[in-house]
Amino acid sequence: METIILFSPLVGALICGFGWKLIGEKAAQYTATGFLFLACFLSWIVFLTFNGETQQIQILRWIESGSLSTDWAIRLDRLTAIMLIVITSVSALVHLYSFGYMAHDENFDDAKESYRPRFFAYLSFFTFAMLMLVTADNLVQMFFGWEGVGLASYLLIGFYFRKPSANAAAIKAFVVNRVGDFGFALGIFAIFFMVDSIRFDDIFAAAPELAEAKISFLWTEWNAIELICVLLFIGAMGKSAQFILHTWLPDAMEGPTPVSALIHAATMVTAGVFLVCRMSPLMEFAPMATNFIIIMGAVTAFFAATVGLVQNDIKRVIAYSTCSQLGYMFVAAGVGVYSVAMFHLLTHAFFKAMLFLGAGSVIHGMHHEQDMRNYGGLRHKMPYTFWAMMIGTLAITGVGIPLLYIGFPVGFAGFVSKDAIIESAFAATDPAARFAFWSLVVAALFTSFYSWRLMFMTFYGEPRGDKHTHEHAHESPMTMVAPLGVLAIGAIFAGMVWYKPFFGSEEAVDKFFGVTKSEEHAQVLMIGAAYAATETADDTHGEAKDDHDAVAAVPGQGALYRAPDNHVLHDAHYVPVWVKLSPFFAMLIGFLTAYQFYIRQPDWPGKLAENQKHLYQFLLNKWYVDEIYDFLFVKPAMWLGRFLWKKGDGNVIDGGLNGLAMGVVPFFTRLAGRAQSGYIFTYAFWMVIGIAFLITWMTLSGGAE
Amino acid sequence: MLFDNLLSIVTFIPLIGAAIMALFLRGEDAAAQANAKWLALAATTASFLASLFLLTGFDASNPDFQFVEESEWILGLTYKMGVDGISILFVMLTTFLMPLVILACWDVTHRVKEYMIAFLVLETLMLGVFCALDLVLFYLFFEGGLIPMFLIIGIWGGKERVYASFKFFLYTFFGSVLMLVAMIAMYVDAGTTDIAALLRHNFSSKVLDVWGFTIIGGLQTLLWLAFFASFAVKMPMWPVHTWLPDAHVQAPTAGSVVLAAILLKMGGYGFLRFSLPMFPIASDLLADFVLWLSAIAIVYTSLVALMQEDMKKLIAYSSVAHMGFVTAGIFAANQQGLDGAIFQMISHGFISGALFLCVGVIYDRMHTREIDAYGGLVNRMPAYALVFMLFTMANVGLPGTSGFVGEFLTLVGMFQANTWVAAVATTGVILSAGYALWLYRRVVMGDLIKESLKSITDMTSRERWIFAPLIVMTLLLGVYPALVIDIISPSVANLLGGYETALADYAAENMIAANGGGN
Repeated sequence: METIILFSPLVGALICGFGWKLIGEKAAQYTATGFLFLACFLSWIVFLTFNGETQQIQILRWIESGSLSTDWAIRLDRLTAIMLIVITSVSALVHLYSFGYMAHDENFDDAKESYRPRFFAYLSFFTFAMLMLVTADNLVQMFFGWEGVGLASYLLIGFYFRKPSANAAAIKAFVVNRVGDFGFALGIFAIFFMVDSIRFDDIFAAAPELAEAKISFLWTEWNAIELICVLLFIGAMGKSAQFILHTWLPDAMEGPTPVSALIHAATMVTAGVFLVCRMSPLMEFAPMATNFIIIMGAVTAFFAATVGLVQNDIKRVIAYSTCSQLGYMFVAAGVGVYSVAMFHLLTHAFFKAMLFLGAGSVIHGMHHEQDMRNYGGLRHKMPYTFWAMMIGTLAITGVGIPLLYIGFPVGFAGFVSKDAIIESAFAATDPAARFAFWSLVVAALFTSFYSWRLMFMTFYGEPRGDKHTHEHAHESPMTMVAPLGVLAIGAIFAGMVWYKPFFGSEEAVDKFFGVTKSEEHAQVLMIGAAYAATETADDTHGEAKDDHDAVAAVPGQGALYRAPDNHVLHDAHYVPVWVKLSPFFAMLIGFLTAYQFYIRQPDWPGKLAENQKHLYQFLLNKWYVDEIYDFLFVKPAMWLGRFLWKKGDGNVIDGGLNGLAMGVVPFFTRLAGRAQSGYIFTYAFWMVIGIAFLITWMTLSGGAE
Repeated sequence: MLFDNLLSIVTFIPLIGAAIMALFLRGEDAAAQANAKWLALAATTASFLASLFLLTGFDASNPDFQFVEESEWILGLTYKMGVDGISILFVMLTTFLMPLVILACWDVTHRVKEYMIAFLVLETLMLGVFCALDLVLFYLFFEGGLIPMFLIIGIWGGKERVYASFKFFLYTFFGSVLMLVAMIAMYVDAGTTDIAALLRHNFSSKVLDVWGFTIIGGLQTLLWLAFFASFAVKMPMWPVHTWLPDAHVQAPTAGSVVLAAILLKMGGYGFLRFSLPMFPIASDLLADFVLWLSAIAIVYTSLVALMQEDMKKLIAYSSVAHMGFVTAGIFAANQQGLDGAIFQMISHGFISGALFLCVGVIYDRMHTREIDAYGGLVNRMPAYALVFMLFTMANVGLPGTSGFVGEFLTLVGMFQANTWVAAVATTGVILSAGYALWLYRRVVMGDLIKESLKSITDMTSRERWIFAPLIVMTLLLGVYPALVIDIISPSVANLLGGYETALADYAAENMIAANGGGN
């Protein structure tokens, strides 16, 4: 069944992409969508019937060389099962949505060009690659999916191939991701070098030894596991658009909006989080690397939120919001509550996909206008879209009833999962955890502000901008609204329904992720744990520690691994009340400020921008990161390329060697120039004679020696 | 066995075709031209079909030479041919590509007969290089291959063909002169020119003093350097690579395909056949030197490729970068590195061949290779855009294409040998994405604005049929590389076994010598 889930999107993509001329455009679209719904249906069956035990399915041999052995194989555990439903559900809905969204497109000539089959084929291909990524049972196959989604992303960002900006954005996405892949690849090499295998089972089993091993890499010796985890995380930073490697994500909004929802919000960009969670058995032994992850996650969450405050393009606001939410997930993974990271990944997939699809619906209704300054008062024209966006906003800003607990907390999906992260960050003992906690609380305030700003500018107030566009603004067709409805259910209930398995007691979470513990295992792990304990220092949670130390899981057994001394999940439930309330108040302040700025005093934003010109420009220009990169990397690379070509190849090498040959080449050229090509055979003949002579002479003189 | 001299049959079928053409075909009219082309196609196809027997009859688990033929020849020389796991796939690559090359020059009208003869002779000589098991025979094939290639560039090439062809000839020829000297020295030392025997011979690695210079590794180092001069130029390695872009730019499309896909591989094959197994001590001593040259080549040529304005030059520089992975993989001297290097050469044969054909497709239509002359081709050439995209992605090493497997394995190998080199080489992965996608964008993407391109037509069915086998191979080897690796790895393991034994012996000897000196 897993094999069917994995390959049905590929089959759909191939039929749709290559067969549409035979079966017609409409049929091709239905085929691709049909295969996806099949995959989605089967995924839910797998998810709901899954018993937590890791399964492996071999498909085919892949790269085998010496001790390196790679298979095409499926690894099914709870992590995979979660990703399966996220990917196939959102993808199926986005396929459906695209029927409406792609029905007409100004970038193409409807009568002459068949862009729709191409679009659906790309979408399905993306889904296939993404499934490959999450079902991989070894790092190289994961890398296949990793690059495969990169290709799909490249193709879809550049879907409007006539737009120069879209082409530029596509290349940027691919190349920046490659920078991340550079780290990922080196991480794989290092793992193979140390473990002699790239299969997850072998790697996880070797984790305790790796924690004590040294590896010499570049200029110095490193702790093997720290180095590996940092390298892998660099890969994750690229794919998940973390600060430093985030620049491609906002530009990726050049792609059609359904693509943004599927790839650049719900699935592909979360691959980095998935990677870190997948590698939890290694991460748990790498306190410095996870500390680095926490810092990068927190910085990204904060940075992206600040930039999101002032953007005017509706999709860019949501893009920065995605960037920021991914930072939250990394903080969760960094402090060691992988289940919570996955929890936020799941809920975020629902509400962020919905926000994007909602934005797409607005853009569709507003004739591809994306600047929010030209929106306003749309809630009556687009009631369904409005309510969908409202639910999405309530979810992302984290609206709920704090401190109320009736077997689960009561609130929208984002409320439950985001609060879980913030509480975990507070409870964690990593050096950077407290910094992360405050960053995330402030980011929560900003999140609330920009999300409500988006709502107010789009749906409230007076219509602004082109009058004609506003008159023709319309609600989107059912194929677009229906997926919004389905996602809305997820955005409301996902948090409450899945609270226990992701952020309940340690026992509940372990059971859900198939982790079993025994005393035997604890014995095996004593060495590794002792090492980890000395590194993480801080032992303030002594009493909780004692009863847990006796039993421990083995790395790689079950979907997630939690080191015996990692009690963040447990402690997060016992943080002070003010900590639990802080995200709620941050949300409230953000909302009220936005209300003040965009409903009650609409002239305030302009005045503030005027007063704080430098700050405003700094944020509007995204901290000038793009400009800095252009100056630091792009320009020098081009200059160097030209320099090496003209000077290096031209003057030094050619000049030098030709000089050495004392003008032999020009001499022959002149000689041959006099002769027409008809005579060139004669020269060839003499050359053969010459070689023959040379050989004879050499042989004779050699023999004489 | 089916035929006793199957290797010779495969090797000489093209030459026989060429001879028939030279002797019996007369006239310059259309019919004679068509006959020449069909005859060439028939000869290359026959050679390919015969080589399939070779492949099916080949015992992959046996690392020794197979299909060996040996007989007396003129002047007391020996004619000896044979293939092992390292060479057989190069034979297959050559026979597989040549019919496609002939198809690719179907539209040539200038001196067709001679053109076909040149390619047929070239095929025999290239096959000979990979099959020869005798030094003299190897040298003759190796050097002989220069002549038809020289003619192909010099007669059917572009505007500056004469400069390019002489540059090509002189670079490669001067490299080989040193190799010839080394070969003679080998004969003097070992008393045989039989390659199989030479592989078993231990060349001295005693420290030598030449004109006051102390040479560690002694004779081995000298021989190694002489061979290196020849193969490094052929590869080509930085900094002796500059003949390649010029040769490619001036060569006709089919010539470029042969040059990139097969001729360059002779250098890599030479390293595998001679340098590593025959001079293991010297290889080990100089491994870091080669690794660094390769790493520099990858970054240097990738940066240069980024700024090219001529499509062929860009792909030529990209070829140099990809060959950097090969040399680095070889001198990483471990299973993954060597497997990867051979795989990369085979895969690069398909990919670079296809990329030059891609340039050829639009060059035939517009007669320019300037990148700026194009833009927005996808509007009128969707099939072409798809094919070009596929090979662009294969060129940047996307997993699922054969390009990935070679790059990945060589990098895995490099990492075990030298992490600095691996890290520097891995940046090539970023740069290749940069130049390849930028090229694609400038040629294919965007709106079609240029007036001259408004009537450009998509690929003809002949062109599609040329690409089809290349597409199949690129994807097939990307998804199921065991097809190649299963054949090469026993021979590679054998080679490495000998290599490591030699190094261990050398280390032990030095230890004894050091201890003896101490006492």
